[in-house]
Amino acid sequence: MPLPAIQESYSGRVNELTIGGGARKKTVTVGGAKTIPYGGDRAATGRRPVIAIDVLDSPPQDWPAVLADAYGGVLADPAAWAKKAVDEFGGDLVCLKFDGLHPDKGNLGADHAVAVTQKVIGAVGVPLILWGSGNDEKDNAVMPKVSQAAKGERVLLGTVTQDNYKSLTATALADQHLLIAQAPLDINIAKQVNILVSDMGFPLESLVMFQTTGTLGYGMEYAYSIQERERLAALGGDRLMALPVICDVGYESWRAKEAKASASEAPQWGDGAKRGPLWEATTAVALLQSGVDIVRMRHPAAVAIVREYINSLWGSD
Amino acid sequence: MIAIGERINGMFTDVKDAIAAKDPAPIVSLAKRQAAAGAAYLDINVGTAAADQAGTIKWLVETAQAAVPTPLCLDSQKPDVIRAGLSACDTSRGVLLNSSPLNKKSDPDVLARYVEMANSAGGSLIALTMDREGVPQNIDRRVEIAAELLTRCMELGLAPDRLFIDPIILPVNVPGAQAQPTNILAAIDQIRLMSDPPPHITMGLSNLSQGTTERSLINRTFLAMAMSHGADSAIIDVLDEPLVDIVATVEMLMNKQIYSDSFLKAYRSTAGGQRPDK
Repeated sequence: MPLPAIQESYSGRVNELTIGGGARKKTVTVGGAKTIPYGGDRAATGRRPVIAIDVLDSPPQDWPAVLADAYGGVLADPAAWAKKAVDEFGGDLVCLKFDGLHPDKGNLGADHAVAVTQKVIGAVGVPLILWGSGNDEKDNAVMPKVSQAAKGERVLLGTVTQDNYKSLTATALADQHLLIAQAPLDINIAKQVNILVSDMGFPLESLVMFQTTGTLGYGMEYAYSIQERERLAALGGDRLMALPVICDVGYESWRAKEAKASASEAPQWGDGAKRGPLWEATTAVALLQSGVDIVRMRHPAAVAIVREYINSLWGSD
Repeated sequence: MIAIGERINGMFTDVKDAIAAKDPAPIVSLAKRQAAAGAAYLDINVGTAAADQAGTIKWLVETAQAAVPTPLCLDSQKPDVIRAGLSACDTSRGVLLNSSPLNKKSDPDVLARYVEMANSAGGSLIALTMDREGVPQNIDRRVEIAAELLTRCMELGLAPDRLFIDPIILPVNVPGAQAQPTNILAAIDQIRLMSDPPPHITMGLSNLSQGTTERSLINRTFLAMAMSHGADSAIIDVLDEPLVDIVATVEMLMNKQIYSDSFLKAYRSTAGGQRPDK
């Protein structure tokens, strides 16, 4: 009896989304997956994942030497920092993170945030991610002004949460930016945030999902399995889950004591200069396999490892 | 759940009147409302009143597909009527043919005709667990016919994921029919094991409650029971909101839809995503 060929295929597809516009010399397009990562057909795996390198609006207070030293003297100058991240370290995007707005980390104001935004826009040609401090009250007051300062640049603005989404969603709509929807390692809340934001008239096609990331040894497998389930739902036709995904690997990895302890603090753990970057790279490479589209990273050595990994699977740029 | 909206059917008075008057407005309205309610396909059945069934199905197809992008489910026991419907149908959006028995006394090869039409349209087919002897009353014969349907369809080049098996629900208040709902559930269990991927399981749900009181309650309850046994499609009144709420809830409880606080709304916005031709 001749049997008809049955092809395993998915009915859904992850949205494609282009970051950048206006004065950007480059745009970056992510998403488009029609199958699981490395699930066979190269064309169906969608756009290659990209690396966004973190730039902080004010000098980092708690970075270990191995990380801070990699940047030389630029950590007090976000524009120079961004330029280095792109020109020397090859970041596909710059993620400008406004830690300094947080009441516990400097409590800086809108004037500062707008000035930094304008400087970074002027310094680099790649698309930008503009990410608030995580303090709802402060971000609601300042991020709309940051958004306004970047109008026309089609940046990725972050983040909106289940309890705080109206202000930034309205801002992103008005300024025609893209948005990051955040959930606390919770797939049900992720779906709900997407629904809430799209109920405000914000297109799902302009939204990126973010689960607070777990690093190696600190919940990475939990983040992995949530993101894997999100992606399988997307491919199964759930259009509320068919969104590109971003991970914050840099910040989370460098919180781990295994990454940041110096050789003298933990001699039994091996060379501190290699250990931290490897911790970050290992986390990124593992999470990429759950279908992540954008990874936020910090150490240039880790960035280099992850870029080589992406190139080996997707082909080089 | 692949929900097939049942309302564009000449058995309903409003549709019958619209057909008689060639008035597109009620058809357009039903198409739009069912599409908005999450129908994956819209059933198109001319009923019995129209003299020119071929001309009528073409008119219904043209009217419905101009109103919404939802694919259609062409519903007739006469292959020529289906063929007429197909000639007017935009099959690029998918199509479902409804339905063929295994065989008929008057037409032993009826299944092959339907499969051929489904294949050339790139669509799917509903096949009934029914043969020249009629609708079997026991579990074993239902399962046996389903196996024959599946085998015959595969021989004719229709893959199991494009085959919908309808185990045929009879009204529960017909004498002797009260054992049938349980028999159908047992048959579904076995049919789902016949291939991987299994054929889809669908049913004309509203038939179960014909002539009873508490029609909606009977339909809603049995649909939840059937879904828990693996039915993944049904021809239903998608405008019955509590019925669709039950579908959404069962899918969520069966881990087919990711829970969110707005899961009822989320279900409606993603319905149709499981169609085999999507």
